[in-house]
Amino acid sequence: MAKKCSHFPWQHLIGFLLSIVLTLVALWAGLYSGFSMTIIIVIIVTLASVQAIIQLFMFMHMTESSNGKHQTHVMIHSAFIAVILVAGTIWVLSYGFH
Amino acid sequence: MKWDEFFVTGDPFIYAADASIVFTSIGIVFVLTYYKKWKWLWSEWLTTVDHKKIGIMYIIAAVLMLFRGGVDALLMRAQITAPGSEILKSQHYNEIFTTHGTIMIIFMAMPFLIGLINFAVPLQIGARDVAYPYLNAVSFWTFFFGAMLFNISFVIGGSPSAGWTSYVPLAGEELSPGPGQNYYLLGLQIAGIGTLLTGINFLVTILKMRAPGMSIIRMPMFTWSTLITMILIIFAFPVLTVALALMTFDRLFGSHFLTLADGGLPMLWLNLFWIWGHPEVYIVILPAFGIFSEIISTFARKTLFGYKAMVWSMVSIAGLSFIVWVHHFFTMGANAVVNSFFSITTMAIAIPTGVKIFNWLFTLYKGRIKITSAMLWSLAFIPNFTIGGVTGVMLAMAAADYQYHNTYFLVSHFHYVLISGTVFACFAGLYFWYPKMFGHRLNERIGKWSFWLFMIGFNVCFFPMYFLGLDGMPRRIYTYEWADGWFDLNVVATIGAIGMAIGFVLLIYNIYWSFRYAERETTGDPWDGRTLEWSTHTPVPFYNFAIIPEVSGLDAYSRMKRDPAQEKKKEYKPIHMPNYSGKPIFMSVAFFISGFGLVFEWWWMAILGLIGVLAMLLLRSFDYDDGYYVPVDEVERIEKSYE
Repeated sequence: MAKKCSHFPWQHLIGFLLSIVLTLVALWAGLYSGFSMTIIIVIIVTLASVQAIIQLFMFMHMTESSNGKHQTHVMIHSAFIAVILVAGTIWVLSYGFH
Repeated sequence: MKWDEFFVTGDPFIYAADASIVFTSIGIVFVLTYYKKWKWLWSEWLTTVDHKKIGIMYIIAAVLMLFRGGVDALLMRAQITAPGSEILKSQHYNEIFTTHGTIMIIFMAMPFLIGLINFAVPLQIGARDVAYPYLNAVSFWTFFFGAMLFNISFVIGGSPSAGWTSYVPLAGEELSPGPGQNYYLLGLQIAGIGTLLTGINFLVTILKMRAPGMSIIRMPMFTWSTLITMILIIFAFPVLTVALALMTFDRLFGSHFLTLADGGLPMLWLNLFWIWGHPEVYIVILPAFGIFSEIISTFARKTLFGYKAMVWSMVSIAGLSFIVWVHHFFTMGANAVVNSFFSITTMAIAIPTGVKIFNWLFTLYKGRIKITSAMLWSLAFIPNFTIGGVTGVMLAMAAADYQYHNTYFLVSHFHYVLISGTVFACFAGLYFWYPKMFGHRLNERIGKWSFWLFMIGFNVCFFPMYFLGLDGMPRRIYTYEWADGWFDLNVVATIGAIGMAIGFVLLIYNIYWSFRYAERETTGDPWDGRTLEWSTHTPVPFYNFAIIPEVSGLDAYSRMKRDPAQEKKKEYKPIHMPNYSGKPIFMSVAFFISGFGLVFEWWWMAILGLIGVLAMLLLRSFDYDDGYYVPVDEVERIEKSYE
């Protein structure tokens, strides 16, 4: 373990910098870009998804396993919860308010 | 800001609280200095990473919070016993029901259960500590300082008063100005860090650190319930974190996520709050189910009936818990399809829960039942919890819910499930594991008095509330008229509340009495236990097990007792243990300072606190601390001392 730790954590640094850049781009799109609302939302959601993937690979040890069994399990479960959260929220909050 | 805005002034109750806080603090400092205990406190407790000590600290903090939440409850009962009474002003009453709810759920129920989990689960799976002992200390201290931040609100700055659910726009900047609501947001945010870390910590501990032979279907039921609870925590708590952050941004930085103006969506708060909130109620009930399973099986002296059915029903409860949240706001006015969907999923939860109830009953069937205090709490749980569950199904019917919504019917329902579920389990678990924690049992005679007073008081207090609710009494009102006709039942409820208070005082007296006079426990197995925590010595050595036990089936320790042959081989090896650290408490103090700064919008203080947090993270990153080994001769010496 000790040997592994002494390496410089390049992955973490790159992931961290990319996350900051993506967040700043999203902030710029929201505040200063002047695009229409739809385009801004598309940009922000795309950037957020890219950032989630970057974080999964750079920080969350997605590639570190002898087989991918645990990872597959966790990802399916997370996707299930995420769909419930997002789709459920839109469904609940948009119906009945016409 | 002037000093009389900083401190809460003008209320005799608050002055009494000020005085008691000052005197208690002086008293504690005096006792610690007089008996020269400062160093002991620091090196044995405040810096500890030992799961047993962290568990005990969680429980002590939770009992203190139970006291505070209980005093809030008694004040509320005093105020609404008679119509038109003026013990509390309306604002003060609002503050008290807000802090009562928040404290009981976040700072009492969860920490109490996490305390029992911390103490018992590593022992049950034959581990020497949790997977991340340092993180465990961070969990405890962030919880503790989050709780302290929330609690000082009633003497400094004013308490939150928008209910424990803090619905916007009431909880927003315009309708709840001042620091009160900020305390709620920051206190919960800081304590939430600790809960999330506990979730990760115990998930890894249970998956990776079980004794050899303990496959996942040989785990004790309390460990199973903990595993499922931790998965719920990991998926539910980030939602609360986000919701709290959105409201914090709205209040402190003028964003419009949840405001009425400028495109905000107030209902989004309710939606996110209950997406967390419903799994949260299972986070506090599933460990309770686990505790009852252990106790009923131990004192019925039988293996738990329907082990696999128990596990599967918990898994389905956990799964369903994520798709029922809208039943908390049926009256929002979503269309019939939405309400019907959530109505049906909610009712479906009664099925796995019913399976569990029958499994406990069948465990009791033909058992040689031994009535102890722990068992009494567990037996009382079954009928009382069923009453709460059945009224829950009534509330689940969306159409009927328009009638029950926001009345005392609902108040009674959730107290029936949370008290006879979670609180009974906390007490039962405390009686059950107490000998393992402190080396002596709690007195049974006082324990039974305490049980009967509390249990009867609980029913006298909350059963009439169903009828108050059906009579139309809304929750969260600070007064009512004689003409409303709610006086009689409110008097009955208050009498019940007094019974519960006496029951609680007797429990505390029992702790004192047993500490002074109870017979010391030396066997390590006072209840003829079935799981591994009873196989080690009492008091538990810091490394838990000199030799990691081998597990050959369910109820591992019962098997060992029946077949003692395999216990012979005693060859000690050096034991690897983690070092204690002061960083978790320093980091949490920094969180507290930062949180306090944000509450009052003193940015310099908030930034200073966050720099402290970052400094501690940085120090920890360069800390190559691999723990230490306990040499074989020391293990031998400690093991000999028990003989």
